Parts: sequence; C-alpha cells; structure tokens
Amino acid sequence: MATSENKLAFGGGWGYDPAPESTDHIDIKSRYGLFINGDFVKPEKGKYFDTINPATEDKLSRVAEASAVDVDKAVKAARAAYRGPWGRMKPAERSKYIYRIARIMQERAREFSIIESLDGGKPIRESRDIDIPLSAAHFFYYAGWADKLEYAFPGRTAKSLGVAGQIIPWNFPLLMASWKIAPALACGNTVVLKPAETTSLTAMKLAEVIADAGLPPGVVNIVTGAGAAGAAIVDHPGVDKVAFTGSTNIGRMIQKSLAGTNKRYTLELGGKAANIIFADAAIDQAVEGIVNGIFFNQGHVCCAGSRLFVQESVADEVIAKLKDRMETLIVGDPLDKNTDIGAINSTMQLNKIQSYLKIGQAEGGDMHQSSCRVPKKGYWCRPTIFTGVSQSSRVVQEEIFGPVLAIQTFRKYDEALTKANNTPYGLSGGIWTDKGSKIFNMTQKIRAGVVWANTFNKFDPTSPFGGYKESGVGREGGLHGLDAYVKLGAK
Amino acid sequence: MTVTAAKKSRRLPDLSRALVVDEVGVNERVARFQSRSIKKSSKVEALKLILSMIDLTTLEGQDTPGKVQQLCQKAIHLHNSMPGLPHVAAICVYPTMVGVAKEALVGHDINIASVATAFPSGMSALKVKLDDTRMAVKAGATEIDMVISRGNFLGGDYRYVFDEIVAVKEACGDAHLKVILETGELGTLDRVRKASMLAMSAGADFIKTSTGKIQPAATMQVTLTMLQAIRDHYRDTGRMVGMKPAGGISTSKLAIHYLVMLHETLGNAWMTPMWFRFGASSLANDVLMQLLKQSTGLYQSPDDFSKD
Repeated sequence: MATSENKLAFGGGWGYDPAPESTDHIDIKSRYGLFINGDFVKPEKGKYFDTINPATEDKLSRVAEASAVDVDKAVKAARAAYRGPWGRMKPAERSKYIYRIARIMQERAREFSIIESLDGGKPIRESRDIDIPLSAAHFFYYAGWADKLEYAFPGRTAKSLGVAGQIIPWNFPLLMASWKIAPALACGNTVVLKPAETTSLTAMKLAEVIADAGLPPGVVNIVTGAGAAGAAIVDHPGVDKVAFTGSTNIGRMIQKSLAGTNKRYTLELGGKAANIIFADAAIDQAVEGIVNGIFFNQGHVCCAGSRLFVQESVADEVIAKLKDRMETLIVGDPLDKNTDIGAINSTMQLNKIQSYLKIGQAEGGDMHQSSCRVPKKGYWCRPTIFTGVSQSSRVVQEEIFGPVLAIQTFRKYDEALTKANNTPYGLSGGIWTDKGSKIFNMTQKIRAGVVWANTFNKFDPTSPFGGYKESGVGREGGLHGLDAYVKLGAK
Repeated sequence: MTVTAAKKSRRLPDLSRALVVDEVGVNERVARFQSRSIKKSSKVEALKLILSMIDLTTLEGQDTPGKVQQLCQKAIHLHNSMPGLPHVAAICVYPTMVGVAKEALVGHDINIASVATAFPSGMSALKVKLDDTRMAVKAGATEIDMVISRGNFLGGDYRYVFDEIVAVKEACGDAHLKVILETGELGTLDRVRKASMLAMSAGADFIKTSTGKIQPAATMQVTLTMLQAIRDHYRDTGRMVGMKPAGGISTSKLAIHYLVMLHETLGNAWMTPMWFRFGASSLANDVLMQLLKQSTGLYQSPDDFSKD
C-alpha cells in the first residue's frame, strides 16, 4: 500500500531550458476578411474584432465580423457552386481536390501548428502531433470516400444535400473545421463555415489552402464572427444542413430554431465523461490515462475524462501517483516544445473555470493543484483535482471545460456503472482493467458514444464520434460521418 | 543494521498480487520522454551528469590487464584538454581484473564494480556464486553486479531467486549489490516488474537491466518499469534503491532521454551517481563529443577522443 509519507521531490535541481518554436517564418496578416466565393472580401458593415494570443494577451490580428448580409452572400455563393461546377463534378474529380487540400495542409503543417498554438493557447506538442496531422488525415480519409459512396450504403443511392452550414468551437479549431468540411465535400455538398470568434486564424489559413488547391469559387466559404453570424447561418433558408459543435446550451437553441424546418442537423455538444479505474488495472498506465483524459488541451475537450471513478482498494495509491505526476506537468508558454499544458483559451473561459473551483470548494470538495508557477500575463489554470466530492456536487455534474478533475471512489462494478451513467451527458467514457471480459461487459453498458479501454482521448478519422442524451445528435467521422451529409434513396 | 537483522527484515514480497504493466501505455509514456527538448545549459548539465553516472565497462573474455589499466586511466582522465569534467562513477570488470583495477585507481574516488555469480548466465551452484562474489570483494570490488537465476524465476521458483539474492547480499559485506534481472530473457514487462520487486525486497542496493550479453539489453520501456517499481518500493518501505540500465545506450541523445525519464519518474533525489548509473562502454566518448560541440559549436573527429 502506498503511503504519502515517502514523498518524491520534483521541484528544483535539473530543469529544462526554454525550447520555444520560432515564429519568424509565420505570416499573420494584420487583418483578415471573409472568404466568400473564392475571394477574401471585406465585411459589408466594415466591422472587425481583435484576436489575441491567450498566453500573452497580445493582439495577433483583426478578424472580420460577418453580418447576416455577409452570411447571405456566402450561402448564395455556396448554392451557386452547388448548382454549378461542384454539383456537376464527377465524384473521382471531387476527391482529387480533397486530396490536394490534405497534401497542402501536410506541407504547411509546421506553420499551421504554430498559428494554432498562438491563437488558441494549446501546447505546440499537441498542435504539432495531434491537431494538424489529424486534420490532414480527415481530408485524406474522406477524399477516399468521394467516389465510393455506393459502397458505403449498399443497395441505396446516396445524394448530396446541398449547402451545409457549419459552426465550430475554439478547442480544436482546425481539426473541427476538417471534421466538418471533409465529409461535406466528399459527399458533394458545398459549405459555409463559421469558426469560433477567439480562434479564427487557422480557419483563414485553411481558406488560403482551399484557394491554393483550386477549388471552384463558393465550394467552401468561411465567415468569421460571433454568435450573431452563427445564428444567421442556422436561420438562413438557403442552408440544407446544419452541423454544430459546441455547448449544449447553444445546441438547444439551434435545435429549437430548426424545429419545423426541412433542415437536417448534427449536434456535437458537451460531455462529462466517466473514467473508471478498476483495482486490477495497470495502475501506472492508468494514471497516465487520467492525465491524458483531463489535462489534454487544458481540459478544453468535450470528451475529456472529467469524472474519475477509482476502485476503493487502489484509490489512495492512484491519487498519490496522480499528484506526483501532476508535479511533473509543465504549464506555460504554448510554443515551448516541453510545455504540457498551455493557456486557457480566453478570459471568459478562465472566469468560468475559476468560478467552478470556488463552487467545488464551497460544496466541501478537497481541492489539490500542482505547485507549478504560471506566467503573470495571459490566462492560466494549474492542473486541479477535487476529492471528497459526490454525484450531487456541481463540479461532478456540470461540464467545466478546464483542467479540473472530480474524483470519486467505488466499491463494486454496479456502483461504478450506475454513477458513470448518472449524468445528462453521454459523449465518452474510459475503462481501465487487465480483464478483457470486464471491458466488453462495461463498454456495452456505458451509455456514451465513445468508450476507450485502457487508453483515453484517442482519435482516428475512421472512427465515429458523437453523443447520447445531452451530448448531441448524429455521428461524425468514419462511415457514419458520411450519413450526415447524404440523402439516401432506393436504387 | 547488522547483516542478520537486515536479513530477518527481508520478506518475500506478495507476488500473487497483480502487478500488471500495460506495454502500450509504457510505449506512449516513453515517447513523451523522447519528445522533451533539452537545450543549452540544461543540456550541458545533463551531459556532465551522464559522464559522472557511467560505469565504464569491459566484460570480455579477451580482456587483458593492459586494457583494464587503460580503462582506469580513461575513468580518471576523461578528456584532459577539457577542464571541469567529472570522472565516471565506476569501472566494471570481471572478478579476475579487480586487482588490476584497484591498483590503477589508487587515490581516486572511483568505484570498482565486478560482475559475479557466474556472470552472465548465472548457471552455477549457489556455493560457486558465493565464492565468486567473495573473491571479487576480497580483491577490492566495492560494488558487485550479480545475475539472477532466470531459469528459476521463469519457472516460478521465486523463493529460490529471493534466497539467492539474500545470500549474495550477505557475501557482499560492505560492497554494494546490483542485481541484474537480464530483462531480455524475462520476456514481458509484468515479469520485469515482478523481478524488480523480488530483488529489492531481497536487499538489492541497485537493480540493473542487463548483462549486455543478451539482446535486447536496456530499453527505455524496461527501465521505466523498473523505475516505477523503485518508486513503489520507496513509498512502501522508505528505502531508496538505485537503477542501472546497461547495454545499448551509446549516444548522448538516448542517455538524455533516460535522464528525462529518471527526472520525471523518481525526481531529484535519484539524479546522482549514487542512485543512477549507465552501464556503457562507448557512451562516454559520444558525451564528450557533444560537450565539446556545446562549447565550440563544432563536432570534433571521433579520433580526438581516446578509445580504450
């Protein structure tokens, strides 16, 4: 049994010198227009807003604020492209364009990674090793489907829907754009996409890639802005399908406004995933999985393993090891190659996280944070765990979307299962055990779209992703992801 | 603590308890260590630390007194044209060469490690192994690198392996005992973990991956598993045990990855030659080359460094 008396010391002594990625070769324009009909154009009302680096609070650029008039232009351009070249194009030709986007993205991967970290605050290790390669992989994967749709839906015909309006969040800016755009194009649709207002830059870079790839004008349109621009897309009568990733609250609003219309929709919303550690698990690797589950991307992950359930007999050991591991997490400059946890995306999000830290303590939770120092400027939150919380605690029930983990213990299998499913969400889950039968049994019973076994937060374009209950409607990724962008008919 | 008291306090650990290690997870963790970027002064500091942690090794049937003497000179004078370098932690030889080394290292604070117990296979009677150990200690070895009986371990006779280590530890007297698990013959990380617990409970001062005679020798995966076992042993008993990966670590880059792993697994207390060693023969020259490159900006020819 591990005790906390014999403590390990990680501070002081040998440390790592700063190893920042150079930004010398990065070209960020002082102002970005809207990408409509193949051109970068000024917004009709001439309004722009700042986009900042959350690690330094420095202004990076100014981004156009689209109004309903701009959105209308974008939807009309998309409609024209759909009726015109894109709609008439042979599927095999379509796939060539999508492949081209993937290749250009790979060639410019370094630039994309750096901009993603500058604009969003995520560590360069993650944007370099996960976000950007996975974005390219989605385009590669769906490019392959473009001329094989009849095999995806045997015995039926698959027709494109028309214009897809897509609204994406700030946690994985380029990756979410790729998740949305790649299957839409592969199925023959055209796109109007709105990135989140705090993270527009890689979307504008993606617009450059799309222009460089020679896609016919209007096939992909990117309009930047805040909620109003998003609402204009959702409400536009020329949009045939709405794809949204973001909070459950906004998802509800979208669903309301789409009720009674002919528009199809997929919603990928919040989560509060249970990560369940059984006593027979490989404990050291499970601890690593807890870390990847909740501290990946500062916890700004809808499928984050934010509720930890540890079997009672190993709880002390797991928590002691987790605390040790938290001491070795490096929080700071997102561009430093050694950074594990970057900046919180915005001051608004930081306030929200901090309010939950207060709520958790007020509810009687025992809060522990790593002892690392954080920079003075910018938005930061130390990795945090709560013990002594229960199912009735708000930090257990509500999505915090930050590096904050709520830990509970369980004694029996059924208890773990009941607690895991006792949440309005159902996006993901994790199980840690050395016993295969337990994995199969548990994964059948956990009501979540994705359940990982002995790992966490693994993504692949071939694997469908989506939620139960308040975590959303529909699936993205894989074969299932095509379904959201086609009308099926009898052959 | 007297030897008998220490012996009494040693208990065979409960190996029926599942100590599972997930290899996929270990690989992922190792990849994270390898992606750490060590630059500038932290690199120089690491390189010097690595030099001071080396057990400079020659373990060949063709070893001669002359070769061992040369190795000892190298241990003392790593690269005289570069001032401020540490000396290595120890030299590591066969029992018959311990006397030669002792003479060559007189007046220097460098340990003499000797392999013993029918190294490298361990395929001999306990009595022979104990005599082998006593002979090396008597000749002046301050550290004994023993091998475990892998056949008995794999056959499930943990008691035999445990008792053997206890006996060798007793034969060591004041000499430090490093227990070689020969992980290349154990096959799985679960067994590496189990053998580590066994060796530490039996009184090992250090646990060591390999003899260098079997492939694979040290790997980061195996070393991480052993470091985690050391951490758990420390948490349970308060006793620190050292770690020695040996065989196959011949570049500075790889050695720095090991240091990163040590740093993030056991923390600062283990970042000294007292608790961590590299069993290596060609690593020293690569580290010297990198150190010179850090100060001059240029790589020297491999022939600028003595080969012994």
